[in-house]
Amino acid sequence: MSRIQSVFATLKQQGKTALIPYITAGDPHPKCTVSLMHTLVKYGADMIELGVPFSDPMADGPVIQRASERALLHKVGLTTVLEMVKTFRETDQNTPIILMGYANPIEAIGALAFADRAKAADVDGVITVDYPPEECGEFVKELRARDIDPVFLLSPTTEPKRVELIVSQASGFVYYVSLKGVTGAANLDIAEVAERVASIRQKTNLPVGVGFGIRDAATAKATAAIADAVVVGSRMVLAIEASNEDNLLSNVATLMIELKAAVDAA
Amino acid sequence: MQLYDMPDARGHFGQYGGTFVAETLVEALDELRMTYEKYRHDPVFLAELAYDLKYFVGRPSPIYHAKRWSDRVGGAQIYLKREDLNHTGAHKVNNTVGQALLAKRMGKPRVIAETGAGQHGVATATIAARLGLECVVYMGSEDIKRQAPNVYRMKLLGATVVPVESGSKTLKDALNEAMRDWVTNVHNTFYIIGTVAGPHPYPMMVRDFQAVIGVEAKQQMQEMVGRQPDAVVACVGGGSNAMGIFYPYIDVPNVRLIGVEAAGLGMETGKHAAPLTANSPVGVLHGNRTYLMQDVDGNIIETHSISAGLDYPGVGPEHAWLKDIKRAEYVAVTDDEAMTAFHSLCRTEGIIPALESSHALAYAEKLAKTMSKDKIVLVNLSGRGDKDINTVAKLANITL
Ligand SMILES: Cc1ncc(COP(=O)(O)O)c(C=O)c1O
Repeated sequence: MSRIQSVFATLKQQGKTALIPYITAGDPHPKCTVSLMHTLVKYGADMIELGVPFSDPMADGPVIQRASERALLHKVGLTTVLEMVKTFRETDQNTPIILMGYANPIEAIGALAFADRAKAADVDGVITVDYPPEECGEFVKELRARDIDPVFLLSPTTEPKRVELIVSQASGFVYYVSLKGVTGAANLDIAEVAERVASIRQKTNLPVGVGFGIRDAATAKATAAIADAVVVGSRMVLAIEASNEDNLLSNVATLMIELKAAVDAA
Repeated sequence: MQLYDMPDARGHFGQYGGTFVAETLVEALDELRMTYEKYRHDPVFLAELAYDLKYFVGRPSPIYHAKRWSDRVGGAQIYLKREDLNHTGAHKVNNTVGQALLAKRMGKPRVIAETGAGQHGVATATIAARLGLECVVYMGSEDIKRQAPNVYRMKLLGATVVPVESGSKTLKDALNEAMRDWVTNVHNTFYIIGTVAGPHPYPMMVRDFQAVIGVEAKQQMQEMVGRQPDAVVACVGGGSNAMGIFYPYIDVPNVRLIGVEAAGLGMETGKHAAPLTANSPVGVLHGNRTYLMQDVDGNIIETHSISAGLDYPGVGPEHAWLKDIKRAEYVAVTDDEAMTAFHSLCRTEGIIPALESSHALAYAEKLAKTMSKDKIVLVNLSGRGDKDINTVAKLANITL
């Protein structure tokens, strides 16, 4: 069983929903990333989604774009991100790490070499925003051969037939993007999300995570009631952006405590 | 002989092209692909398109024998396909007219576009005004500075111009921002991409709409000189004017196809916008796989060209394919070479070319010199230079 699968299995036994915070690696500064990751775990992260900075983050809203730009100022690329995961693993061998990013940094290394290096760094899952299943068959094979879970996004516009195709390629979990638009947009319609999640569950036994648009304890709680995992991205990055060197970790901890309580209360 | 038949059903040109987009856009692209399949051979649609091209755009654009310039150059005869004479002043409108007709059929009341030089933005705003569609154009704030007259033209035509401040603040960032708008407003919005890039079906569809250039040219050359040119030369930004004139010639033997990229300050300086000439690594950007200017981490690097319309780090996937199969050749000319050609065309032929097109002219001049007087070089004069007069004046330290 992969690390992601066993975390979901344990939570299911406990009747709990996973909380997955997202941060962009290298934001606000590369030296903060590993300690931020440990802080997230300490205050309730069941897994971490670690964003790989990219010059052209087409699917991201302004908040995560700015995080990418801050990280790129320090030349944080995929190679550095893998180093960070390695360092994190020196003291945490339990928390699944899911890389989230775009295809080109992976293509620059090469699908096969990337899969090897991700394995060596002990990465658990990979979300590649602009790799729909039709375009990444080989890549998915390389990941799965190394027990790394390829995690795919499903959107409100994904047709039922495509849901079948996508879940057939995915492992670990699937990630339902709860609104049309880029990361950080507003207007989460919980009733609609519930309906979509239910219809996804008819097609797969994989856990269903929900993200995009979860901005506070209330939306986190409502989402936790219908999903297996709640992903919080832009809200997390906003907290980082609003912090200085001294209060960075404590601000992130405060937000995590609030979100964890909300998710556990669902 | 096996005829050229690209792309495949999923928009691949060999390893290039494809549909590398976020899941939210897949459905919209499927809808577009099916709509285009439905209408691309539909006689009513084609008749409407032909009508617009004739009476609104002013096609066919003539081919003109640049005799005096050819004599000056002292080699092959240079002919110009006059896309600069189209309504709005460039080839871009051939494509916007086509895509806007599709938008209308799909019932989308809002169109969006990215623009670099502003020509595609103007061409989109123009057709949107005529069809009564809301129009939003994304433009890098750097380009807004370089192409002020076109920004004002778009506003006069009723479009909203949104400055893009992210990344390098040029064409590629405008494309990112337009994509973000599209994922958010996909239910009521048609994205009119301005070049043969983006995810499938755009590279194919834009090529098909621009192919009118080459189709006319073949017929006109036959009528004028009784044969086809020895070489066809076009500038390459994303590659739409070049694909438009190349495409009908791909299966014609003995016609060299030459794409001219922007060498900027010189290939050796790295400050250029010539991924094909530089043999840049292959990667994925804006929905397709192609040659891309990037660093070791796969981040896109800043490009440089004096002409905003060529200032793009990638290139349409079909050009990548034509390069690999050696059906087309790709070269680059510098800012300075393009400027020299710009001035010589102004002075010898009474035509002010766009800075983009001046790159094609500069290479045509070099090439013609190596050829005998009975040879023919056909240049796609993709646009007129009215939009560039501020840039040119500034180089001469003149404020208009
Ligand atoms: C006159 C003109 N020529 C060429 C180009 C480059 O685009 P493409 O390579 O798609 O023809 C532009 C783009 O703005 C343009 O305005």
